[in-house]
Amino acid sequence: MPLSVQETDVKTPPVSRPPLDPHLKALENEAIHIFREVAAEFEKPVMLYSIGKDSSVLLHLARKAFYPGRVPFPLLHVDTTWKFREMIEFRDEIAAKYDLDLVVHTNPRGAAEGITPFSHGSAIYTDIMKTEALKQALDAGGYDAAFGGARRDEEASRAKERIYSFRTPDHKWDPRNQRPELWNVYNGMIKKGESVRAFPLSNWTEVDIWRYIQAEDIPLVPLYYAAERPYVERDGMMILAEDPRLRLLSGETVQRGMIRFRTLGCFPLTGAIRSHATTLEEVIAELEIATVSERQGRAIDRDQSGSMEKKKREGYF
Amino acid sequence: MTAHAQTASATILPLAEPLKAVRDTRPLRLITCGSVDDGKSTLIGRLLWDTKAVKEDQAATLARDSGQQNDLGLPDFALLLDGLQAEREQGITIDVAYRYFSTDRRSFIVADTPGHEQYTRNMATGASTADLAVLLADARAGLLEQTRRHATIAALMGIRQFVLAVNKIDLVNYDKAIFERISHEFREFALSLGVRQITAIPMSALKGENVVYSAEAAMPWYDGPTLIETLELATVRSGQAGGFRLPVQRVSRPGEGFRGYQGTVAGGSIKPGDSVAILPSGTVANVKQIVTFDLVRNAAVAGDAITLVLDRQVDVSRGDIIVSIDSQPMTGHHFDAQLVSLQPGGIEPGKRYWLKSGSRRQRVTVEPVSQLELATGKWLPHASTLSMNAIGKVRLSFEELAVFDPYEQNRSTGAFILIDPDTLNTVAGGMITAKRGDVGGIHRSQGGEGQRVVLSLPADLAEQIMASELFSNRRDEAEIRRMTAKQAAEFFSNAASDI
Repeated sequence: MPLSVQETDVKTPPVSRPPLDPHLKALENEAIHIFREVAAEFEKPVMLYSIGKDSSVLLHLARKAFYPGRVPFPLLHVDTTWKFREMIEFRDEIAAKYDLDLVVHTNPRGAAEGITPFSHGSAIYTDIMKTEALKQALDAGGYDAAFGGARRDEEASRAKERIYSFRTPDHKWDPRNQRPELWNVYNGMIKKGESVRAFPLSNWTEVDIWRYIQAEDIPLVPLYYAAERPYVERDGMMILAEDPRLRLLSGETVQRGMIRFRTLGCFPLTGAIRSHATTLEEVIAELEIATVSERQGRAIDRDQSGSMEKKKREGYF
Repeated sequence: MTAHAQTASATILPLAEPLKAVRDTRPLRLITCGSVDDGKSTLIGRLLWDTKAVKEDQAATLARDSGQQNDLGLPDFALLLDGLQAEREQGITIDVAYRYFSTDRRSFIVADTPGHEQYTRNMATGASTADLAVLLADARAGLLEQTRRHATIAALMGIRQFVLAVNKIDLVNYDKAIFERISHEFREFALSLGVRQITAIPMSALKGENVVYSAEAAMPWYDGPTLIETLELATVRSGQAGGFRLPVQRVSRPGEGFRGYQGTVAGGSIKPGDSVAILPSGTVANVKQIVTFDLVRNAAVAGDAITLVLDRQVDVSRGDIIVSIDSQPMTGHHFDAQLVSLQPGGIEPGKRYWLKSGSRRQRVTVEPVSQLELATGKWLPHASTLSMNAIGKVRLSFEELAVFDPYEQNRSTGAFILIDPDTLNTVAGGMITAKRGDVGGIHRSQGGEGQRVVLSLPADLAEQIMASELFSNRRDEAEIRRMTAKQAAEFFSNAASDI
């Protein structure tokens, strides 16, 4: 039965789909609850939008949570300028299609000081172009709550994360002193300058994300699907070789092969996997027998043990 | 790039087995708890490992971090869970860690909760959302006081399914008598807490015996289920029994003609045409539509995040609760509750706290009445500050009308947190036990003053009366019971015989 809300300015007509299975439905309900609670309790929320599959699911859930209204907060993309080209094209397409307020921020130090993942190494680069840039953008916007797509199953320190993750005025996370979080009763009280990072996907796993994308027919950046692409092998990773800023080191050659990405970040720091999965069904089939975790392709997680915790303490998502 | 990027380029193997069957159940939430060295983290690590939730690169990180493997050549499972630097350094679990694994039949969310006594509050946090508790006991040591404490807290937080994992059974030569003694002792104790669904399993988490794989060879005398079989068959609380409850999170007004109340159904079910009351005001309306992104729905049940449209203009705002007209929660200014004190400052008598329940936040003062002595399970009189980790019975007094169900009837509308108005930190988690009988509401006249009339009416007539403004204005003075005509006849004949 089509929606029959009259006299409203509903812009996107909803689509009729088979009902979600109870597992995904429970996760969806929880995420919508969190979205609504944060939107109601905080003065100026923002949603971190990183263009990846988790962000795509997050955005879809936000649209569901506030339907038939529009998403009542802006999306913030921290652009390091080293994202995959297809990610940026996808971002702008989605923002226009869904009538979203999109805020894009790049740390001016990047251009001013010539900070690149090649010249400064992944740790310093990430700190300046992602963590520092994020803090700049949050401060500039005066946001008191920021939604993120982080999941507890991604990494050990994230497994300890609250759904409402409290941050000090300088965005610090104190994992040893987190607010207790009981039932689904979230404490949204903060003092001026303090903020909360809210994680509606906390209880989702990678498989849940993919199955939900399939069930809800959520559009994704094409890089998640296998295609013949040019790449360079470096430090045990396959780096996409399409950006002219990627300079080959001695002994390196551009190869071509069927590859795809399990996560998307900055192209020089994100490794591809060999795959023939060109459809969502094939991606899920691959995943269910995968023997490595998705963050395996992320260089920044492997800098040192506990490196994610360190970055999170400093204000990274 | 860094020197640690050591893994060779990853290849996902081609499809070698058919797709797993689509799960048709909701995830089971469970907690694991027990004393410090019972091997909780090892058990969860084993569950993750044997259900293949741990990937090769994570195992490689583990092997690198621990620098050693146990004598079975397996990684140190505890490191999977103890994700914080301080935890790795101290070799203990400080905070609740959430982990995810699944089998073909179901998926699981497990909260690994700390065993140290000073982290009891974290255990209460993990227990608040759990449907089942796995309690560990070391077969060599038997039941320890801390295990009893955790069982007590789990029962208090509303968990009604226990699994006793008698771990390290290999270290007592798989002695059946030892297992039976410990499980008998535990069963008696759990029954005393009101928990009836108890499964005791002898296991070795380290060797993986009776966790995911059966250990018939080592324990031919045990023919019960493995841990994973027990978890697959456990029930998830539905919350669909009882009256409809919708705590209003926000009012959606995207355009002039649309006004919807958004929230997650916290109990019961609803369909268009149903009569509802809006509390605390008591205003009455009918449901016009249930709106979601996908469809206008014919019904919604507990757990669904919905937008409700009513058939008339009524004053509804965030914090109100929309309820079924014939099965309403308790309203009043005074309630009895149990709570767990979560912060070093404790819960101070007479102090004004913020209380948040559902989407409603209001001022409350707390008067401690008694405190649970965890070692003995006895409630001892206690009117002073409830210090951190204490479990107390308290009286709550509200400045504005409050709305609750008893926690044992509704885990959403019966639960609350207390927020310190100075630090704004969460200082207690609490559960409503009853409306206070000596003040206000229907019990005001029980002391003998005032007259009451008990009516037995046809349901349709009662509904019309209850929908009237006069009735809804004084609804907190009325007591309503639904029953069959036969039950009503019995009720009246019993009442007559008592006179």
